[in-house]
Amino acid sequence: MTARAAHASAFQGGFADPVLNAQAVFRQVMNALARPGTRTAFEGLTKPPESLFASVGSIAATLFDHDTKIWLDPLLSQNEAVTGWLTFNTSAPLTPQMLDADFAVIADSAALPSLESFAQGTQEYPDRSTTLIIQIGALEGGPELRLTGPGIKDAASIAPAGLPDHFIEQWAGNRTRFPRGVDVILAAPEGIVGLPRTVKIETGS
Amino acid sequence: MKEATDQLRNQEPSDPDQAARQQAMAVLARASGDELSEAWDAWPDRPEVSPVRGPETGLVMVRGRIGGGGAPFNFGEATVTRATVKLSTGRIGHAYALGADKDKVRHAAIFDALWQDEATRPTVEERLVAPVRRRLGDDDARRRDESAATRVDFFTMVRGED
Amino acid sequence: MYVAVKGGEAAISNAHQLLADRRRGDRSVPAMTIEQIVEQLGLAVDRVMSEGSLYDKELAALAFKQARGDMIEAIFLLRAYRTTLPRFGYSNPIDTGNMLIERRISATYKDLPGGQLLGPTFDYTHRLLDPELMGDGAVDEPQSREAETGHTPRVSEILDQEGLIEGDGELPDDHRTGDLTREPMEFPMTRDVRLQALSRGDEGFLLALGYSTQRGYARSHPFAGEIRIGEVEVEIDVPELGFAVILGRIRVTECQMINQFQGSAKQPPQFTRGYGLVFGQSERKAMAMSLVDRTLRATELGEDLTAPAQDEEFVISHSDNVQATGFVEHLKLPHYVDFQAELDLVRRMRGEFEARQNATGQQGDNLEAAE
Repeated sequence: MTARAAHASAFQGGFADPVLNAQAVFRQVMNALARPGTRTAFEGLTKPPESLFASVGSIAATLFDHDTKIWLDPLLSQNEAVTGWLTFNTSAPLTPQMLDADFAVIADSAALPSLESFAQGTQEYPDRSTTLIIQIGALEGGPELRLTGPGIKDAASIAPAGLPDHFIEQWAGNRTRFPRGVDVILAAPEGIVGLPRTVKIETGS
Repeated sequence: MKEATDQLRNQEPSDPDQAARQQAMAVLARASGDELSEAWDAWPDRPEVSPVRGPETGLVMVRGRIGGGGAPFNFGEATVTRATVKLSTGRIGHAYALGADKDKVRHAAIFDALWQDEATRPTVEERLVAPVRRRLGDDDARRRDESAATRVDFFTMVRGED
Repeated sequence: MYVAVKGGEAAISNAHQLLADRRRGDRSVPAMTIEQIVEQLGLAVDRVMSEGSLYDKELAALAFKQARGDMIEAIFLLRAYRTTLPRFGYSNPIDTGNMLIERRISATYKDLPGGQLLGPTFDYTHRLLDPELMGDGAVDEPQSREAETGHTPRVSEILDQEGLIEGDGELPDDHRTGDLTREPMEFPMTRDVRLQALSRGDEGFLLALGYSTQRGYARSHPFAGEIRIGEVEVEIDVPELGFAVILGRIRVTECQMINQFQGSAKQPPQFTRGYGLVFGQSERKAMAMSLVDRTLRATELGEDLTAPAQDEEFVISHSDNVQATGFVEHLKLPHYVDFQAELDLVRRMRGEFEARQNATGQQGDNLEAAE
């Protein structure tokens, strides 16, 4: 976090109706995580600076607050418009330590760090782990992935575009640490897909 | 967070405008709701005001220090209201104040915005900040003097000398 | 075992309506205003703020009015209210050395910079009821005298110059200030979290524990080094502005208790300190808090643990009156099913007991008969 005053743009583009908007987004995020693989459409309730998707701006304005530490990938953390906007609209402190982060926002999905480098929670408190919000190009058009697990009847299929190749392998590793491990929200401009740590991902159909 | 706080702390108060704005904001925070609303009602050519954030009431955890000057500890919370407004002139004003008086803090944010504008700053200072600062100073002086009247003047009854 | 049953809605609703009526009392008597409570029952308001751990005079007065003057109920209301508010941040630590002082006394030094200011104290009153107050008689304006200007140092700073007293109480540089409103309590705890718990603790509980230490349950030889009451500024760093803003002032009471310390293998004999800091004007609680802060440092200072006031887990776990009242008062809630189970159990044990008595009785008879 810089001690510099934020640019005026930081003060624009938050929720118009903080209470109702946050409730609506909360419900959407909850549904996305309760029904992994379901594409949840998002209205543009916030207008964050360019590098942040409106869906991610809305999630941030809903879930981030003074008590949650946020890690931003280099693309975002070096962008003062983004850090200023998040600081004003969420009051959340930014952290350079992935292991301290309650949430992480990754704009450059190709450079996604190892999932293991984030907070994994403890056996006693598996919830003390990082939730990753990964911005990807689109929820469709990528290689097809088959999802199974709690919240999915039989199997679901998604085809996110822009995830790095090592993601599937990383995810398998994430599952071996259960109940510890990270949860992921894949965010595209048009909506989100939730990938809680319980979900099993296989390539191909 | 701590590093960021230290950063703030170590920052030189290089910007005299910033120091003056901090002082004005401190006075606005302690002004009464009436003082602010009366000043706003009497303001000539009032710009349009649109809310950016709040006014909203929340909590600040007030910290003390062990032994008065040692390590910090969390002492207890206080209600705080904050507001950010945008004037039709484009200026953005912020205000934070103890308590839950939303109107007062909204007005304080408007005056912070007007204060930042060099065209209106002298008027804000003259009509609002200076009189309130004087009132607060007078209150403090009166209370200091009332406390001083309860000061114990010891006098020696018997001296233990030969 | 918990079994859900329904019933009593009308009774509950009518009870609340009756409560509202009794709270208001005789309608021919004017209702109290919040301003009246803030202005005229200020120390009650201070106590609600201190134990409610929320500084807001209007809300504390409202809670006090709504609770019909029941302190713990009012504190409970305030604690419940605070959970509905978002947290904006942590203030920069207040500076009690830079206080608009309303009262400042020391039991250790007669003459000290800044002097002894009695302020609005009950001390030296004769504790005689004042019949004047039955009515609304005129009250004289306070006296006034030109105040000295300049810094009023804490007494601990004066003793510190000789090196005869320990420092203010530092924690390791990498220590992150604990917050018991955010993290579950863990024992042993660090002094910062302990002070947070004590500052919101029940005045009566702390008073009794502090008293116990003076009566010999944990050897304690305290002097009230300094008590100061007054207003301090609260300031918060605002990240979006890039500088700190002053939010206003709060009234606090600070107590520096000075205790003898024999010294240990590692440390020379010196004075040690207990610290008390509470919202509002409440020197009884600040003094009790500083006594208990000191006794809870027994392990740190290598003292024998002999008394309840030295037992951190005991003291801190039981100092919160909202928790305490919740657990004690829950006993009045319906426990019909639990009690039925207990009844069955007692009946069965009783049956077994009687059967055993009969059996041994008959055996005795048989023995007697045999003799």
